[in-house]
Amino acid sequence: MSRLQLAASDTLVLAWRNLLRIPRQPDLLISFTVQPIMFVLLFVYVFGGAIQTPGYDYVDYLMPGIIVQTMAFGGFVTALGLSDDLRKGLIDRFRSLPMARSAVLAGRTSADVVTNSVALVVMVTVGLIVGFSFSAPVLDVLAGVLLLLLFGHAFSWVFAFVGLTASSAESAQAIGFLAVFPLTFASSAFVPVDTMPTWLQAFAEVNPFTVVVDAMRALWLGAPAGNSIWGAVAWSLGLIAVFSVLSVRRYRRAVTR
Amino acid sequence: MTDSPAIEAEGLRKSYGEVRALDGVDLVAPAGTVLGLLGPNGAGKTTVVRILTTLLPPDAGGARVAGFDVVRDAARLRAVIGLAGQYAAVDENLTGSENLRMVGRLYHLGSAAARARADELLARFDLADAASRRAGTYSGGMRRRLDLAAALVADPPVLFLDEPTTGLDPRSRIALWETIERCVAAGTTVLLTTQYLDEADRLAGRIAVVDHGRVIAEGSPDELKGRLGGVRLEVELGDPTQAAAGAEALADMAREDPQLADGTLVVPLRSREGAIAAAVRRLDAAGVRIDDLHLHRPTLDDVFLELTGHVAAGDAGADGAGPDGAATPVASVLEEWSR
Repeated sequence: MSRLQLAASDTLVLAWRNLLRIPRQPDLLISFTVQPIMFVLLFVYVFGGAIQTPGYDYVDYLMPGIIVQTMAFGGFVTALGLSDDLRKGLIDRFRSLPMARSAVLAGRTSADVVTNSVALVVMVTVGLIVGFSFSAPVLDVLAGVLLLLLFGHAFSWVFAFVGLTASSAESAQAIGFLAVFPLTFASSAFVPVDTMPTWLQAFAEVNPFTVVVDAMRALWLGAPAGNSIWGAVAWSLGLIAVFSVLSVRRYRRAVTR
Repeated sequence: MTDSPAIEAEGLRKSYGEVRALDGVDLVAPAGTVLGLLGPNGAGKTTVVRILTTLLPPDAGGARVAGFDVVRDAARLRAVIGLAGQYAAVDENLTGSENLRMVGRLYHLGSAAARARADELLARFDLADAASRRAGTYSGGMRRRLDLAAALVADPPVLFLDEPTTGLDPRSRIALWETIERCVAAGTTVLLTTQYLDEADRLAGRIAVVDHGRVIAEGSPDELKGRLGGVRLEVELGDPTQAAAGAEALADMAREDPQLADGTLVVPLRSREGAIAAAVRRLDAAGVRIDDLHLHRPTLDDVFLELTGHVAAGDAGADGAGPDGAATPVASVLEEWSR
């Protein structure tokens, strides 16, 4: 087998290992889906009435935004898992094996694609129940699904770096929240950007979350796309490129805590 | 295997910031032997293992394992070693069988071969009944056995065991020792770190005593004990006033002058050969009453104390750890773990 085939085989073995964990620790997946469901209910029924979204019902406006946030948070599973593996000495074992240096991380981030798919199905179902409806061709909706999984995958690589860098699972979680929450709220995910103060608008407009959320509204609601779809793909691929290199470099020198 | 040593290290140095973990370590382990690294916590034992298993590059010096350089040939080296670390690194969410199959696949054994090897090891390590239970439900001893089994999946010619029995109860320790002895009997070269003197004594053919990042003594257990002057005869006298008579009766067997301590006459012997029978005859002939008498061979604890000026348990065992105290490190480690 070539090196690439070996790396792919190692990655699959580790993705299998990470996925076996999910039915055995169901609380993990549940906590990552219950929280966004609560967000949906909170925004639709509590804040939604006070937020003006010209041209859209608020629930239609909200769902693409909140699902993008959910996909980004899906990478937490990678951060927590790597942090746990470091603490328990498993990373030492993996690093002493004749396997690809990228496989432990790629196994994590590709397992996240599966958990994100589950979360996506749950979120769309909840959305449909509270009144969300697609208003775009089926192919666009499917393209939106792929974009969500790609963006989620990119954040899994960001979180892989966080998990290898933070001193514990708790601090990985704290760093993740501190990074992702402000980014999602200072974006078009929950409210129209033009209602924000000017200085925040400048930030929100270049924020990758705004770009991805706008792309999702184009693909699922038929909103004008502008450059948002290509921008969202570019952001995702860029994050993957940068953080996969940074994470693998960190993994090579990872030390058991 | 060729005639070159399975493990050789020269002048290994490693610092973590200001802390000098290794200060020039040389080691050799011929193929098929067990080399014990004996030393207290923080002596640098784990750093040696991490360098030899390619987890950590040395700052200076070099090492080869099974002929592969730990830095230049790291990728190929990993295919011929097994590592069982201090942590019993098993995935608690996987079953015993799944853990071993995963490691087998990562050694690129192929699915069927990995499964067969897992079954074989589970049976050999007395884990067959627990094979389909999650490792998170295993006892400490079972996890260590599973961890050791994982290190043996690829049947590696060189095995690194970093404090394999730390934190185990005495019965599990002995069971694990027997397992390690079977691997060695099958021809595996083992580098073993331990802070337990009895463990090094039982398993290791040669011992390197490590303290403050240096090897301060090296030899077989017997050679190391020999440095303390070999065997002595201890005679518990029925009547301590007969000490002088007893000493005179045994004078020609003694290497040095006998000493009296707490009613016990301690006689450093020239030879242990037939010593007890001869001593009994002489003492009886001289009319010296004996309550008890026995030979005392110096233990590695005595050696360690002599070499380092402190007991093997390190700081944790500073109070109350006599040189007889293999039990003390166990206790202090358990205490540390339960915090």
